[in-house]
Amino acid sequence: MSRLAGTFRRVKSEGRPGLVTYTTAGDPDLPRSGAILEALDRAGADVLEVGVPFSDPLADGPVIQRATERALAAGSSLRATLTLIGQVRPRIAAPIVVFSYANPLLRMGLDAFADEAARAGVDGVLALDLPIEEAGGFRDTLAARGVDTIFLLSPTTTDARIQKAAELGSGFLYGISRLGVTGARDRVASGAEALVRRIRAHTALPIALGFGISRPEHVAEVGAYADAAVVGSALVSVIADAGSSPDLIERVEQYVRWLRGAAEGRTQHAHA
Amino acid sequence: MRRDPDVRGYFGEFGGRYVPETLVEPVEELERAYFDVRDDPAFAAELNRLLKHYVGRPTPVYEATRLAAEAGGARIFLKREDLTHTGAHKINNALGQALLAARMGKRRIVAETGAGQHGVASATACALLGLECHVYMGAEDMDRQALNVFRMRLLGADVHRVDAGSRTLKDAINEAMRDWVTNVVDTYYLLGSVLGPHPYPLMVREFQSVIGREARAQFRELTGGLPTAIVACVGGGSNAMGIFDAFIEDRDVRLIGVEAGGEQIIRGRHAARFAGGSAGVLQGTRTFILQDDDGNIELTHSISAGLDYAAVGPEHAWLRALGRAEYAHVSDAEALDAFQRLARLEGILPALESAHAIAYASRLARELGPSAALLVNLSGRGDKDVQSVEKALAQKDRS
Repeated sequence: MSRLAGTFRRVKSEGRPGLVTYTTAGDPDLPRSGAILEALDRAGADVLEVGVPFSDPLADGPVIQRATERALAAGSSLRATLTLIGQVRPRIAAPIVVFSYANPLLRMGLDAFADEAARAGVDGVLALDLPIEEAGGFRDTLAARGVDTIFLLSPTTTDARIQKAAELGSGFLYGISRLGVTGARDRVASGAEALVRRIRAHTALPIALGFGISRPEHVAEVGAYADAAVVGSALVSVIADAGSSPDLIERVEQYVRWLRGAAEGRTQHAHA
Repeated sequence: MRRDPDVRGYFGEFGGRYVPETLVEPVEELERAYFDVRDDPAFAAELNRLLKHYVGRPTPVYEATRLAAEAGGARIFLKREDLTHTGAHKINNALGQALLAARMGKRRIVAETGAGQHGVASATACALLGLECHVYMGAEDMDRQALNVFRMRLLGADVHRVDAGSRTLKDAINEAMRDWVTNVVDTYYLLGSVLGPHPYPLMVREFQSVIGREARAQFRELTGGLPTAIVACVGGGSNAMGIFDAFIEDRDVRLIGVEAGGEQIIRGRHAARFAGGSAGVLQGTRTFILQDDDGNIELTHSISAGLDYAAVGPEHAWLRALGRAEYAHVSDAEALDAFQRLARLEGILPALESAHAIAYASRLARELGPSAALLVNLSGRGDKDVQSVEKALAQKDRS
């Protein structure tokens, strides 16, 4: 069983929603980005998504665009991301998913990337602008090395394409709660539950829901119908706000413990 | 004869549909809607009526004898897209897509613009059809094309300033796509060149192919034959695809695209994708792009905002791979010189984009000699560039 599959099975058995975090590799710089990944793992994040900075992040809102700019300015890249993951992997229990735009992967070459990713201990890969139709060969290349391919599904995705993603994807499926770019919101989108139910009709794979989640009550709400919630922009904002402050790592850890509180709370509630 | 890409939108190994998941279905919906109107005589009749009575088509083919005499060689003919309503070929595509958007029931239009010509064309088409228009434009381009910004606002469009990245066309496209992905239910993305995910490269080429159809017939009437070569500037490459299209099967006619050589072919100082680029994926399509070893997009430079872009239309990459089209580049200084020469010798101010084609055609005319005849697509007029040219000339005088 892959590390991702095992993690989702354990989360389910604990009767709580999983927490998936997103950070950009190299934000605010490579050493601290590594320390942040370790802190996320310590604080109880179940899956760590690590974003590869790209010069033209057209699916991202301003918060992750700025993180990307900081990371590129700090010398981050796809190669640096994989090196970083290789370094922290032995100290981290959670599965690690690389989140990238297609071009850096294609530039490295899909075979070379799959080799490097497997060597670094990457558990899954999500290529944001490589739709299912383009991803068949990529998925096989990764699967041959035991790396999961994660697909995004959106409210505009047809049932036929959900079915294809369910057949090709592994590890988990990532539902986008709303139309638009990444970014924190006050509320979880109203169509999110319907999307998760539509996906559930096609697959037994775990479903993580992202876009617009920033608070423990969002995690709890999403946990009522999805297997996990993804927190990205809100966490990246915590990193941005901390800036060069010495308590950066502590603030990140506190924020994730706060998010996890909802999950723990629900467990206690369930047992009460 | 139709030359369609394959069902996944590929011209050979270039093209395709590299978009975030949310845009997959909207792009497929667009493809269905476009394939519907493509075979609909009523749609063609409405578009042709506008092209004739509103845009002023057909545009003339004019023989530039004084320019040719100075170049000292081949005859040079200009396809006068600068004489269209709004002053550039962009209006052909903007009207076609705006009609399509209206038919799809999408009343809100987003568009990107570099030099501002596509933005002006989109704002014009939206005013004509009563559609809401939002144009994204890089901050640097807004500064160097201030006249066009004001024109768009006069036409009722909202112009949004983009401060990200290189603050030029590429960043404007990113921002337009972010708007589209957020408002996709009621919004139509009116892309201005033969770029982006399928079906845009095909659709934009077909809306522009009126240029080549007219020019081929006009050239035959004027000379009794076909040109030795067609010369057109290539940013995304829509004016070039528009004029090349009618001549693809005429194997003896050379097709030459001219890219922006900028200051020099070194990283960050030019926009000649075929001179300094390699295959990659940018903004929805696989094509030739300027990128570094990590797959990040390199900064570009050109004196002309409309050519200042890191990717080229996928069909151009394919025509080049097939050996059917050739690509050359012309520097800022050569384009500036051609701008002035066409003004003084022919009384025509070309757009700085089109001045690249004029510069290359003059060079080629000397090489080929008097037995040859060149057809140049004069894709736009240069009023918008007068201030940039004034500044560039002042700089040149100082140095």
